[in-house]
Amino acid sequence: MTAPAYRDSRLLPPARIAHREVGYWAMVLFCITEAMLFAYLLSSYFYLGVSNAFWPPAGVERPTLEKPLFMTACLVSSSIVLFFSERARERGNKSRYLIGLVVTILLGLGFLVLMGLEYREKLQHMPPRAHAYASIFYLITGFHGSHVAFGLLMLCWTGFADLRGRLSVESPLAVKNSAFYWHFVDAVWIVILTCLYLSPRWY
Amino acid sequence: MSAVGDVLREADPERIAQLESLWRTPRTVAAWLAVVDHKKLGIRYVITSFVFFAAGGIEAAIMRAQLARPDLRLVTPDAFNQLFTMHGTTMMFLFIQPVLSGFSFYLVPLMIGARELAYPRLNNFSYYAFLLAGLLMYASFLVGQAPNAGWFNYAPLTGPLFNSGINIDFYTLGLLFLGISTTVGAINVIVTILTMRAPGMSIDRMPLLLWSSLTMSVLVVFAMPALTVALVMLTLVRHWNFVFFDPRFGGSPLLWQHLFWIFGHPWVYIAFLPATGMLSMIIPTFSRRPMVGHSFIALATVMTGLIGFGVWVHHMFATGLPQLSISFFSAASMTVSIPSAIQIIAWIVTMWHGRVVFATPLLFAIAFIVQFVIGGISGVMTAVVPFDWQATDTYFVVAHIHYVLAGGTLFGVLAAIHYWYPKMFGYMMSERIGKVGFWLSFIGFNVGFFPMHIAGLLGMSRRVYTYPSGFGLDASNLTSTIGVYVFALGLIVMLWNAVQSRIAGVPAGPNPWGASTLEWATASPPDHFNFARIPVVVSREPLWDDGVLPGPAFDAARLSPRTSVLDAELEQDILMPHENLMTVVASLAMLATFATLLLRWNWAAAACGIVTLLSVARWMWPLSTRVMEAEA
Repeated sequence: MTAPAYRDSRLLPPARIAHREVGYWAMVLFCITEAMLFAYLLSSYFYLGVSNAFWPPAGVERPTLEKPLFMTACLVSSSIVLFFSERARERGNKSRYLIGLVVTILLGLGFLVLMGLEYREKLQHMPPRAHAYASIFYLITGFHGSHVAFGLLMLCWTGFADLRGRLSVESPLAVKNSAFYWHFVDAVWIVILTCLYLSPRWY
Repeated sequence: MSAVGDVLREADPERIAQLESLWRTPRTVAAWLAVVDHKKLGIRYVITSFVFFAAGGIEAAIMRAQLARPDLRLVTPDAFNQLFTMHGTTMMFLFIQPVLSGFSFYLVPLMIGARELAYPRLNNFSYYAFLLAGLLMYASFLVGQAPNAGWFNYAPLTGPLFNSGINIDFYTLGLLFLGISTTVGAINVIVTILTMRAPGMSIDRMPLLLWSSLTMSVLVVFAMPALTVALVMLTLVRHWNFVFFDPRFGGSPLLWQHLFWIFGHPWVYIAFLPATGMLSMIIPTFSRRPMVGHSFIALATVMTGLIGFGVWVHHMFATGLPQLSISFFSAASMTVSIPSAIQIIAWIVTMWHGRVVFATPLLFAIAFIVQFVIGGISGVMTAVVPFDWQATDTYFVVAHIHYVLAGGTLFGVLAAIHYWYPKMFGYMMSERIGKVGFWLSFIGFNVGFFPMHIAGLLGMSRRVYTYPSGFGLDASNLTSTIGVYVFALGLIVMLWNAVQSRIAGVPAGPNPWGASTLEWATASPPDHFNFARIPVVVSREPLWDDGVLPGPAFDAARLSPRTSVLDAELEQDILMPHENLMTVVASLAMLATFATLLLRWNWAAAACGIVTLLSVARWMWPLSTRVMEAEA
């Protein structure tokens, strides 16, 4: 009995061990230092929380969940789209990659628009100087919003460079790095959602 | 003397010419500005940080003159505040850390047998960001409003209520700018050490200086964001009336202290660990034997870094925190002395079992050990809570910090200058002048700083511009002033030695000390390409036990090898970039961003921020794949 052809090891070339490029490690370490930044921010949030009798303070509503959940949906789906479009690029399907990239960028913009709407609503009755709670709330969400904006700029840069034929198919470092950063920013949002929006409902 | 390094040198003039043309920095102004050569940038880093050191030293000299006698009025109390703040800020942020980084940028590729750092352009950017951040902070003296709230800048004293000038803005924005430089520099060192070591230099064969540079850089990556967060908060408080530190609105003044010291305590290890690594290179060379307990020192270095994250509250014992947390941090602070003691004992045993050559670098190293032990003991004393309550904010703490960071790190750096000067410039420093400089600075330092322990125990508070006579403080202060001026004289002698050796020194040759590590296999000063052939390392002291072989040529382009993290197996070649002026433009645009923010021209700051992003985008713009193929 002969083994089916696809089981014949001689028919498949051995894969190169996937070497990480040097530039990849820069992005990993950059994200580690950024993760620490958010860790310190969120620690400050809880530190101020335990320094106060009520957190959020008396007179401030617990943050509502509608917009943040839509924002979460935007980011999570954008990550999924980006993941598959990157896979498409690896298989050489560049147009599908670029479409996925555009969808990702639109979803990211959607996040920022929703965030702007939430800010407009909140700022009316909770300016940042009103209370330490307001200060730290705007600081953390603002920091994250600017990271989303930065991630979008990176994705635009990558798409543009790819359109101009500057990124090779085999070593798409820029593609990988901008995607890595985008997934990182999304993951940070999940933590922020848990700490700022969900955790006040548990105590 | 061993000539093992000779196997790496190249006899064929054609190959040398080819490597030269690949790696030489072009002789144009643009290339001079945008230089990527890690050796040139490393030396620039070291010299620039010593210029800042001189500025901080002049501030110290003025303060010591003011404190020489009781009730003097050489400077106003307000000027004194600015002097001690800028002295501390300069020494901590613009001297100690950058000078250690500068040595790392210079030495790491040479020690690991590479031809460049992992990100040469980023290195250029990080140099200019450091230089410009320092100049931005020093511009405060031009308007007469230097930062004035101490180097740790406690809120709420620094809030708009108590400090309405722009003094503190120079501090916050200058340090935010500097933090970017420090962080990218640390990332550069980490990736270089982990991925670019010569084939065969597995992690257990790594020289100890690399362990301490690596630990320091990891600490930067993890600790720096705490300072960034604190500085951003303070900027928001000062510019847009946020209320993080104001208890009337639910804020907490202690939040600043926690964030600052979560950063600040790792930072003092950042400012100290690389100097221990330098000692672990210098002591074996002049003891003519390998370091005792190599692995233990490596582990102790990493341990110090880890424990360094768990001791920050010992700066805050007097703030009324709960007993339990104080006890925990007191215990943790005493624990740090264990890894430090391991290192000290290993250095002493190495000398004990070696045949010691008392050259100037070793004298500085021995002085480091003596002074660091004194500083370490006063450190353990202040880790004891009741004693700390007595000593906090007195000159006892001033004595402690100077024994650790000046008596320790600075003497380590001076040892390193005398040790690696021949490698950097190709000439020996004069031993005779070097020894004069050593004894002047050693005696001056101890005469200057030891009496501060006593002044502190007698209750003299730090950061106060004068003291009344008749409290038993007169003699110790006068002694301190005299000692500090002798110390300064010793440093000037060393500067003279460095300058005159550059002009009239004896040529050094590749390995004047008969040292064991790879940087001594290169010419002095090293060729632009460092190594004509990539070395293959088969032992821990490659130049002592024939442990280096000539490896691949890598001369088709600007190439350096990339190896695996633990075993250093050759994996691929990396194409190193050329100069790009955008790194300079990006740092200048970033300076403009912070300067306009300082002036509260927010729209201009936003515009400058966009220019920064654009220049970074241009800098990162990939070569077309066609050009890349042509190069590779």
